[in-house]
Amino acid sequence: MSSIAATWQSTRSRTWFWPVLIFLIAISYAWWYDVTPFSTVTLDWLGLELDVAVIIGVYVMLALGLNIVVGFAGLLDLGYVAFFAIGAYTVGWLGSGFFNSRDIHVASTAPESLVGVHVSIWIVILAAGVATAVAGVIIGWPTLRLRGDYLAIVTLGFGEIIPDVFRNGDAMAVPCGLQATPPFIDFCDKNVTNGVRGIKPLDAAGFPELSTALPFLPDRFSRIEVRWWYLAIIAIVVVTIFVISRLQYSKLGRAWIAVREDEIAASAMGVPLMRTKLWAYAIGAVFGGFAGAFYGSFIGAVDPTAFFFNISVLILVMVVVGGMGNIWGVVLGAVTIEYLNFKGLDKIGERVNDLIGAVGIDQEVDVPKHKFLIFGVLLVIMMLVRPEGLLPSARRKAELHEAEEIGEPDVYDDLYDVRREGD
Amino acid sequence: MATQEQAADRPVARPRRSTSDWLRLVFGVLLVGGFAWWLITQAVEEPERFVEVTLIGFTNGQVYALVALGYTLVYGIIELINFAHGDNFMLATFQTQSMVRDGSFQIPLLFGTIAIPLGTQVTVDDSTAQKIYSLTLVLLLTMIFCATINVAIERIGYKPLRNQPRLAPLITAIGFSFILQGIGLAWKGPGPVPITDVLPQGDMIEIGDIAYTWKAFIVLCITVPVLIGLTYMVRNTKPGKAMRATAQDRDASAMMGINVDRTISFTFALGGALAGAGGVVYMLYVGTSTFQLGFRLGLFAFTAAVLGGIGNLSGAVLGGLILGLVAGYNDGFGDARWTTTIVFSVLILILVFRPSGLLGERTPEGQ
Repeated sequence: MSSIAATWQSTRSRTWFWPVLIFLIAISYAWWYDVTPFSTVTLDWLGLELDVAVIIGVYVMLALGLNIVVGFAGLLDLGYVAFFAIGAYTVGWLGSGFFNSRDIHVASTAPESLVGVHVSIWIVILAAGVATAVAGVIIGWPTLRLRGDYLAIVTLGFGEIIPDVFRNGDAMAVPCGLQATPPFIDFCDKNVTNGVRGIKPLDAAGFPELSTALPFLPDRFSRIEVRWWYLAIIAIVVVTIFVISRLQYSKLGRAWIAVREDEIAASAMGVPLMRTKLWAYAIGAVFGGFAGAFYGSFIGAVDPTAFFFNISVLILVMVVVGGMGNIWGVVLGAVTIEYLNFKGLDKIGERVNDLIGAVGIDQEVDVPKHKFLIFGVLLVIMMLVRPEGLLPSARRKAELHEAEEIGEPDVYDDLYDVRREGD
Repeated sequence: MATQEQAADRPVARPRRSTSDWLRLVFGVLLVGGFAWWLITQAVEEPERFVEVTLIGFTNGQVYALVALGYTLVYGIIELINFAHGDNFMLATFQTQSMVRDGSFQIPLLFGTIAIPLGTQVTVDDSTAQKIYSLTLVLLLTMIFCATINVAIERIGYKPLRNQPRLAPLITAIGFSFILQGIGLAWKGPGPVPITDVLPQGDMIEIGDIAYTWKAFIVLCITVPVLIGLTYMVRNTKPGKAMRATAQDRDASAMMGINVDRTISFTFALGGALAGAGGVVYMLYVGTSTFQLGFRLGLFAFTAAVLGGIGNLSGAVLGGLILGLVAGYNDGFGDARWTTTIVFSVLILILVFRPSGLLGERTPEGQ
């Protein structure tokens, strides 16, 4: 009996060792990143300030959400930014003074004197999850019957339409009554999204109710000292990773993989195709919504220019580079790519220019300007050289290298080969 | 023989429509009917403006059609959405600017460009013969330029992934789209890339307030021969037949002695050349471009290809024209800010309600 217990314990500790270690390093980063021996690397070399880390955390969330759709269920989604945008706009509606004819306060960090709808960010984040799940189902319902690349195009279309609606939403025709003549519904122009100006300021996160009972919790997260934001995003990411890793081996998770591998076979085995895909779509969307709401609250403003197609592709690059279908691969991909995107390329550019200056060439190279060229090259090279990603899931790796293994079996060498007939 | 014919004549039991099919049909009819009703009311209210807007939409539609053909050709043969196609079109507009304004054929590299002076500058004061000579040269060289890019992309990025899951080449295609955008950005910078208007001004035909401009006519003069040439090539020539065979069944055509790799490359070359022609036409007609143009216009053109039935050549042209008209009517009578949304809604509705497109068959066969 004791040996069984020991084995169980050792596998358990093996499974938990790396995640716990990474978690401890990540959570303590808020305290050691600006301490002298470390700060030469973290701040001077990498430029990894805490606010950069928060943004990276948001993108880890996004990549994890997209991974459910693309990595687990194998549905290519090129419009994921739509859910990010919906999440951010939920904060715009429920956590700002935008609807200034109302005066609603629910456990909010905003002062009572401010008009508008102010709901606690934690509730808004959940609301954003609900909103994006609904949006995911609405988008998915008619479109998920389509085949792979058609689905990609439809999602791309939605990814373009939704930011466009937010951009033009300052004078949106909203039904506001009935009339006797066709088309029978009276439309009036309403400002729904404040158009290109966007909505700001948005409420910050905080614990206004809890902080009286637990005095160490801040009333309101400061936007200058972002440690609490960082801790919050780490907590959300950890919960996300936990949920998704449990989901992965659940009945639903296995159904996703079955659908990804072979739709017809999965259907024949009794997997309900539409429902399985819709769940993937809705759950993937929920995490996009969470990330969007947190991002909106952290930045303190939301405007339609932040939600381009480029971001959809960037998140896809993270999933592909990291390793489709593998949670840790996706986290690695998201951290690497978003760091490079947000800060790393600037830093590399500085280094390159220092180097060129030292050699004596009087020319500046604008590395961040070539950002998308670099990501494009990265994507192509990755697909050609290591299509399974940096940290691949075992299943996908096997699938992608299937051809090489079966390619020229030695067994047939002695047999008559029809292709050598002419020799 | 006779029995076979009789068998073909016998009415085949049509599959029964389900409730959701009926719902979709009713919704589709309502939508198209509503749009038609709106158009008719506009046409009755302002008939002259309606014709004017129609002509503008028709000319824009021709550009969409040229680019859409490139998508449809490539999709027809290897079932890949070539995302880089729109950006190839963007590079064509840039090359046109180089040749018409600076008179040199430029090869963009990451740090600077190689310029080959050819004396193809066109100024407003040039004689008509001079202009025709220069612009023909511009058209040909730009087509070759884009064909080369497209073939290179196919050789580097798509060919090695031909037997991988379909997601793989699609992601490479997105990568190439970004690379081409990056090249465009490094080549001409982030701002707008303008060109002086060298086409003859004024109206060709004038009836009342309605005018058909010379510019629009020149677009037609470039588009129609290209389309006729393409149709002839695909229908009647040997490479065209090889293309259609490869599109139907790659393995079977390889067994029949068709060089499949070369045929696919040829298709990409053809698609690139069409993007090149589209770029020249767009640049001469519209007069300005940016490095991000390819993404939006590429998607519009892809929508056109899907609308007509992807893989179907005449479908792409029809889809391009319809899309140009729809976008034109919305710009003219509706609110231009919503044109993008409307075009993408058309895309989504078509894919949801009739994924095979207006003229498409279930299996795309290139013709």
